[in-house]
Amino acid sequence: MSNVLEAKNISVAFGGLLAVNEVNFDIPKGKVVSLIGPNGAGKTTFFNVLTGLYKPSAGTIDFDGKDITDLAPHKIASIGIARTFQNIRLFGLMTAQENLLVAMHSKLKSGITSTILRTPKQRREESEAEDKAQYLLDYVGVGKWTYEFARNLSYGDQRRLEVARALALDPKVLLLDEPTAGMNPQESGVFIEFVKRLVSEKDISVMLIEHDMKVVMSVSERITVLDQGEKIAEGTPDQIKSNARVIEAYLGKAKEAKA
Amino acid sequence: MTTTAPVKPQNVTRSNRKWIIGYSIAGAILYVVYQFLLNWEGLPIGIYDAIYRWMPPAAVNESLVYVIMALGLNIVVGYAGLLDLGYVAFWAIGGYCAGWFMSEFFYFLKIHFFGSVPAEAPGIHINFWLVLIIGGFVCALFGVLIGAPTLRLKSDYLALVTLGFGEIIPQVFFNGENFFGFNISNGTKGIVQVDPIPVGVKNLGPFDFGWKLLIFLFLTAVMVFISLRLRRGRLGRAWLAIREDELAASMMGVPLMRTKLLSYAVGAFAGGLGGVAFATHVNGVYAERFNFAISIFLLAMVVLGGMGNVWGVILGAFVLSWVNGNGLSAFGAFYNDRFGTDVDFASFTFLLFGLVLILMMLFRREGLLPESRLKLVLHEGDIDEEDASRKKAK
Repeated sequence: MSNVLEAKNISVAFGGLLAVNEVNFDIPKGKVVSLIGPNGAGKTTFFNVLTGLYKPSAGTIDFDGKDITDLAPHKIASIGIARTFQNIRLFGLMTAQENLLVAMHSKLKSGITSTILRTPKQRREESEAEDKAQYLLDYVGVGKWTYEFARNLSYGDQRRLEVARALALDPKVLLLDEPTAGMNPQESGVFIEFVKRLVSEKDISVMLIEHDMKVVMSVSERITVLDQGEKIAEGTPDQIKSNARVIEAYLGKAKEAKA
Repeated sequence: MTTTAPVKPQNVTRSNRKWIIGYSIAGAILYVVYQFLLNWEGLPIGIYDAIYRWMPPAAVNESLVYVIMALGLNIVVGYAGLLDLGYVAFWAIGGYCAGWFMSEFFYFLKIHFFGSVPAEAPGIHINFWLVLIIGGFVCALFGVLIGAPTLRLKSDYLALVTLGFGEIIPQVFFNGENFFGFNISNGTKGIVQVDPIPVGVKNLGPFDFGWKLLIFLFLTAVMVFISLRLRRGRLGRAWLAIREDELAASMMGVPLMRTKLLSYAVGAFAGGLGGVAFATHVNGVYAERFNFAISIFLLAMVVLGGMGNVWGVILGAFVLSWVNGNGLSAFGAFYNDRFGTDVDFASFTFLLFGLVLILMMLFRREGLLPESRLKLVLHEGDIDEEDASRKKAK
């Protein structure tokens, strides 16, 4: 199967408000796809459905050929869908290393007794996890802040740490919610390179929500546009650039502009 | 991109066993004082009087029971960040475990298991050390039972429901003389006389304070050990993550319900240890002792001492229970003696606690010995305020 994740006919209703309306979306293996749209289009809501935070009012989500629509959020995370947040949500009073170790929670096995007794097995497991955490911290470029509290890191480093934390879940799919928000053009450039490297070096597919069109256009293989909860366009960056409905959604109708 | 970190990075999570030495020395000193020094005939009567007035053996032991309980509550409140206002329930259950399994209460039964009483005595008589473990596990079970429905609630609502359970369970024991036809607690009369603790060389009666001090010190050490170990392990990290950001934790694969339940279970386990220990300390189980004030009192110990830091909690528990039990009345007697007044200081306990709480909230929100992490946050606001006022001044 070439799609690692397939969301079919997803609808989300909050009371009478239809935040997402019958959206079909799939994430191809080893590719970067983007979800864009004006504010309030339902992008983050859609993310929250994929990660199990909201249950869709209709539709199903298949991940790796398995129906995950009704799984609890922590289960979805542990089988390989990791995410970052629009507003960084690190564990501020935990060190960078601990942040990553928390994400490895579902992979680690030690229970209460083996932790209290510090059995050789538990110690080995911990030190292996610490090594892996250090590797990931180095990988995203915050390797020297291993023992620093996450809240003390700079904004950019916190963004990287959040990606590292998501990677610690060993995800097959990585969902990035506005990862370059608040970055300057040069920093976003570095980030674009990072995402490209990530996809080529690791067996990972990336889904991106992003407002920075330069970033979206340069990393995405495919772009999906949401507007008021509905999918209005899907295609390669070039197709999207020239799509009339997309331009309309972002800039408004020509007629209206005149009137 | 580089960060300028304010503090030199160091691994705050590294395990550290040095505390055992310091703890053992402090414990040994206490033991020598109370077991040998007080019984030494050459001891000047002044010192003897002073110790008995300010810190009698019973008060030290009782304080230690509070320390054990507070350490358990610290796991729930300090580590996992779940506000529990009904912790006294576990104390009561632990206490009644001692009452049931170490006394003649069930006179119609005759079960002995390495007990410390003659084999012909009626009732259930199980060895103290075993009852400790039984009490711990029964409480842990109740922790899970109470937690399963309530832990779905968040912060304030959780606090309210735990408050309810903290009232219900002691009330059940209070009115337990006829619990669907069974007498489970002897009601207000309580279960008097629990079995002495067998320690090999002798059986400890109610007045073997030195020995019991040693046992309570040991139990405290066990709780400290468990707290520190768990804190640095997989579970402790998950607790902390939930305290920090519940949603992010679940998005990182931490099962919220299960992890919270485990914190309840481990916390309740300590409650069971404390309950059994307390029953042997006062040589009985009395329903009216398990009241709401105890829950608040324990919570105050955790908060005043320093949430999340075992040493802070120990300090807080020791100081508060000492002030409450003996310190204030001793001070009152001293003051009245000296100035010829007649002030009932002990009646000012709650006034004093209220005052201390207000002062702490104003000047030392993080507690006496705060967790290194918390110190960081709670004073950040002050810096911001200072900055703002400085800017205004300009």
